[in-house]
Amino acid sequence: MRKITYCDAIREATVQEMDRDSNVFIYGIDVPDHKGIFGSTLGLQEKFGKDRVFDTPLSEDTMEGFGLGAAINGLRPIHVHMRVDFMLLAFNQLVNMISSYNYSSCGELKVPIVIRGIVGRGWGQGFQHGKTMHSVFAHVPGLKVVLPTTAYDAKGLLISAIRDDNPVIVFEHRWLYWQEEDVPEEPYTIPIGEGNILRKGDDITIVATSWMNVEAAFAANILEKKGISVEIIDPRTIAPFGNNNGNKNNNEKLIIDSVKKTGHCVVADNDWLNCGFSAEVAARVSDKCFNYLEKPVRRIGFANTPCPTARHLENQFYPNAKNIIKDVENILDLGPIDLTGIEFYSYEKKFKGPF
Amino acid sequence: MTNNIPNFVDFDLKEIGRKMYKELNIDLYKKLYLIRSSELTIKKYYNENDMKTPMHMSMGGEAISVGICHASGNKSQVFATYRSHAAFLAKTQDTDYFFAEMYAKDISPLKGKGGSMHLCHPKYNFMGTSAIVASHIPVAVGAAFANKLKYGKHTDKVVVVFFGDGAIDEGAFWESINIACQKKLPIIFVCEDNGFAVHTPIHIRRGYNSITDIISKFNCFVFESDSTDVLKIHDLASQAMEYVRSPCPVFMNLKYYRYLEHVGIDTDFNAGYRSKQEFEKYIKEHKDPIELQRSRLIDIGIYNDTIIDIEKAINNNVYQSIFKAKNASLSSADETYEHVFS
Repeated sequence: MRKITYCDAIREATVQEMDRDSNVFIYGIDVPDHKGIFGSTLGLQEKFGKDRVFDTPLSEDTMEGFGLGAAINGLRPIHVHMRVDFMLLAFNQLVNMISSYNYSSCGELKVPIVIRGIVGRGWGQGFQHGKTMHSVFAHVPGLKVVLPTTAYDAKGLLISAIRDDNPVIVFEHRWLYWQEEDVPEEPYTIPIGEGNILRKGDDITIVATSWMNVEAAFAANILEKKGISVEIIDPRTIAPFGNNNGNKNNNEKLIIDSVKKTGHCVVADNDWLNCGFSAEVAARVSDKCFNYLEKPVRRIGFANTPCPTARHLENQFYPNAKNIIKDVENILDLGPIDLTGIEFYSYEKKFKGPF
Repeated sequence: MTNNIPNFVDFDLKEIGRKMYKELNIDLYKKLYLIRSSELTIKKYYNENDMKTPMHMSMGGEAISVGICHASGNKSQVFATYRSHAAFLAKTQDTDYFFAEMYAKDISPLKGKGGSMHLCHPKYNFMGTSAIVASHIPVAVGAAFANKLKYGKHTDKVVVVFFGDGAIDEGAFWESINIACQKKLPIIFVCEDNGFAVHTPIHIRRGYNSITDIISKFNCFVFESDSTDVLKIHDLASQAMEYVRSPCPVFMNLKYYRYLEHVGIDTDFNAGYRSKQEFEKYIKEHKDPIELQRSRLIDIGIYNDTIIDIEKAINNNVYQSIFKAKNASLSSADETYEHVFS
């Protein structure tokens, strides 16, 4: 199998679906420009034309509603937001209109819209270019929320999202864009709601979202040298969470089964903690694994602040493998592990994959 | 064989014209009367507290809904607001659905999930409403984009979006008209201008004098009227239909007087923000749309008895619908959980 990047995978999924179904179209600010949304939309306008691939005025909320209107009339829009922070201008359409249109028409008007939002962590991006916000959207019934982690996830989940007759918001972390791995050339789907056992283990469960899977995997390698076997569960979809038509790899089920096995759970969410997805996981684990837990669920996330721009301040804001290792040391009563000399991921040291 | 093609000279074009004119006016009157009768029926039964939904009544604005929906044709799609009784009935004439939904009965396709504010009847191209002011306007623009792409740029499947003067304050309106004009979309923007956003009058909301002046600077066609004459509005809308199929957006600013309070079934002249004298003056100058059209029918030679028969039939229809609704069962509680996702 050939290796492609997460970015290539997104583009390939888009091309294949646009080839297969002439109703699919993609639009958003800067979608057809020479940078092509970090490379993920390059070549699309040349291939499919300006009716199906187009740039827009700076009118995020209206263009989101525009997508809703096109969707209820039979098209399948993909609306791309270069930053999740900009997607927030469309919060009104997403939450007041899109999430409830199928419900309010009693199923007569389907809303097959995909919204791609990029999590913009990077070179001093700051508090208006790096938000994640996935929990806020997952909170709203009627919206599906997926966070692809691997290049394989990126293609399969995007294809599923495009084929889903419901609104699906896809949160793509920019730092995942450069990883390469084996990705099938032919189109394939990953069911929305299906999680992934990123790494098998027996001693402790780490539930990680998005970029935190990379940090969890890095931490797991270090912990392995100390004889600790870490299991990493990546839910990939955070809404719907559970209730996935009996899929045996249902995101919630994978977590519950894992914690029942290990007796320990750390949630590493790529987001703030307060009222976030990590709290949801902790609540579900507390409910369904009560008699199996040896210690309470621990949560790792962003500092409870807006994200500062300066690097040394930013490093206080973002958790990484170090935080995960510390929590595991704490929970499993290990001595402190010597981390001197270890180079953790950063803007300079990119994750190239594979997992 | 005899030549079956009639001789051109045998057509009495004037007679055909007169007949079509009569039929058009009767059709328009029937729709106006249906709306008025339905709303009067709501007024009659609302205090029984079985229609548990806030009512934003259309009284006074019927000519706009009827004239435009009639001229834009059955294929056209309508998007409207929480004040959509007139648009809904002008488009669908479906009083069974209307009352079933108000009473939240199982015979309503919406099962009571929408109520008065969120009527939706895609079968008749009534595509939904929004109670978040102006939020349906972008949706209408997207729908028009889809129609242009799917059916060709000169399609007669046009989108009509109704909204109030309050919606024009919202950024979404300006973004929408901008995009529609940039993309040359087949959409008619209809502002039902009653001079109020709830109770806030227009002069304290606008930093400009004439909306039509400003909109005329966009790449679209602009119409305006303060008439309550459904035929005049129908005529303007017919002209709009010609322009919109170029394709090019059309903006229509149509003034009317909202007879009743913002929400509810009564007048509220004693609230103090507008006077009864002002209303009486308005009615003297403009005439009630239903009465105006009724007088026209008389003027063009329809017998009063014929009109009374039409009215009786409509009233009976409305009565049957509300009777059916009252006697049906409430929709199942399980409906709450349906259709979150498709």
